[in-house]
Amino acid sequence: MTGFLTLFYKELLRFWKVAFQTIAAPVLTAMLYLLIFAQVLEDHVLVYGTVRYTAFLVPGLVMMSVLQNAFANSSSSLIQSKITGNIIFMLLPPISYIQFFGAYVLASMARALVVGLGVLAATAWFVELSIAAPLWAIAFALLGSAILGSLGLIAGIWADKFDQLAAFQNFVIMPLTFLSGVFYSIHSLPDFWQDLSGYNPIFYMIDGFRYGFFGVSDVPPATSFAVVAGCFAILAAATLWLLRGGYKLRY
Amino acid sequence: MVPAIEVQNVEKRYGALRALAGVSLSIEPGEMFGLLGPNGAGKTTLISIAAGLTRASAGGVRVMGADVVGEYRRARRMLGVVPQELVFDPFFTVRETLRFQSGYFGLRDNGDWIDEVMHHLDLTSKADANMRTLSGGMKRRVLVAQALVHKPPVIVLDEPTAGVDVELRQALWNFVRRLNRDGHTIVLTTHYLEEAELLCTRIGMLKAGRLVALDSTRNLLETFSGLQLKLRLSRESLPPALEPRLVSRQGDRFNLRLDDYTELEQVLVGLREAGEAILEFDLQPPDLEEVFVRIMNRHA
Repeated sequence: MTGFLTLFYKELLRFWKVAFQTIAAPVLTAMLYLLIFAQVLEDHVLVYGTVRYTAFLVPGLVMMSVLQNAFANSSSSLIQSKITGNIIFMLLPPISYIQFFGAYVLASMARALVVGLGVLAATAWFVELSIAAPLWAIAFALLGSAILGSLGLIAGIWADKFDQLAAFQNFVIMPLTFLSGVFYSIHSLPDFWQDLSGYNPIFYMIDGFRYGFFGVSDVPPATSFAVVAGCFAILAAATLWLLRGGYKLRY
Repeated sequence: MVPAIEVQNVEKRYGALRALAGVSLSIEPGEMFGLLGPNGAGKTTLISIAAGLTRASAGGVRVMGADVVGEYRRARRMLGVVPQELVFDPFFTVRETLRFQSGYFGLRDNGDWIDEVMHHLDLTSKADANMRTLSGGMKRRVLVAQALVHKPPVIVLDEPTAGVDVELRQALWNFVRRLNRDGHTIVLTTHYLEEAELLCTRIGMLKAGRLVALDSTRNLLETFSGLQLKLRLSRESLPPALEPRLVSRQGDRFNLRLDDYTELEQVLVGLREAGEAILEFDLQPPDLEEVFVRIMNRHA
């Protein structure tokens, strides 16, 4: 257990030591989104008939920050360790692959939740938010960050260079988050794009998280939860399988 | 007695390349063992397999009796590895680095031992310095300290003195000797044959993934290497009686080989009888470099 706790603590300390970049910067980015989109759209859009656009946007921005930072934490930590070679210090000790997985994913979740709370705290000043079903919000934040933390591990294991990781981030994670309904309700999309959104797992994370605030969503929260939980099970199993076999780590 | 490291028919293939082609050897507890070989011979691959960083394609390695795959947790606790590359985590200080390493091995409250290791390696004044700010030599010391935080009975040093200045090399040698005296088994890979000759009691030589020699340092020196006698002679010719000993010549300079010191007298007698005068004379004792070159050539 000490091995796991140490690795977890080391991962926490790693992002905490550069908190300006890992926490403050994403909070500022989310605030800029809110400032710009809210300024332009506040008077034009009402979502679900009752929810003001700025209020609608905040949970989306919170969840987007949560997901992006969960991914960024595990992926960048791992690839830095691989490229600088200090991954060896984690591979030499008797840390099991399950402990390795747990430490990286939990640390990613911790950073994601700190950033998410930061975004929430920073934006709550400008917006009147209700919290209709907090447990749903918490459940989706936890599962969503765990999924992206696992995905970050997979990307970090797979990528040999920073630009491969950047490609993964820019060509997979970014489109999936931007097209997941952070900035809009998918019901405002044409049918084709609405159907396509149904295949984006991040849509369910955002939609379910938003349900926690407004008590309304595009999809029933239980459905979203089932999809998200299923995604987590598959990704966690895949990550554990890669770690167990030592793919690109012990070769 | 259980061997400190037991390597059994280890093979490692990377596609068509065979980095290790069936290596077997056993290193006894308390030994100071040298693993020698040219670049690409498979030294680091073998060490990586023992450390669990690389998986063998066939065969297996045990550390203090524990299989490095099947009983990896026990095996890894028994082993401390000083890697060849100067790797470090730029986020942390020396003390943090050592505390983490100790924690990874499941040890809590290991501060006293960490202080002691830092003291022995002259790291105490740098304990709270960030790893980034350390010189190459200091980073090397931290690598050694990291390998020792969990007090492993077997310590592997992969070319510990590559690119290290004379002072640190001497300090590391003394430290390694002391670890060995304290009962640690030491495995050393090196390019510096002088280093192996000085420190190691037994030597294995790898070439192209095969073990081409395995014996005590003394036996290797005696078996493979005689004395080398370098002479400059007045008449620029060698008496016929000495021809069989000739290894090479350049003008009036002759390189002769002797099996041992007793043969020196016969050579001097031969020269006197032929009326040769010696202008220059140099007798070199056997060294590992010659042994190494010969073994490598023999398996060319």
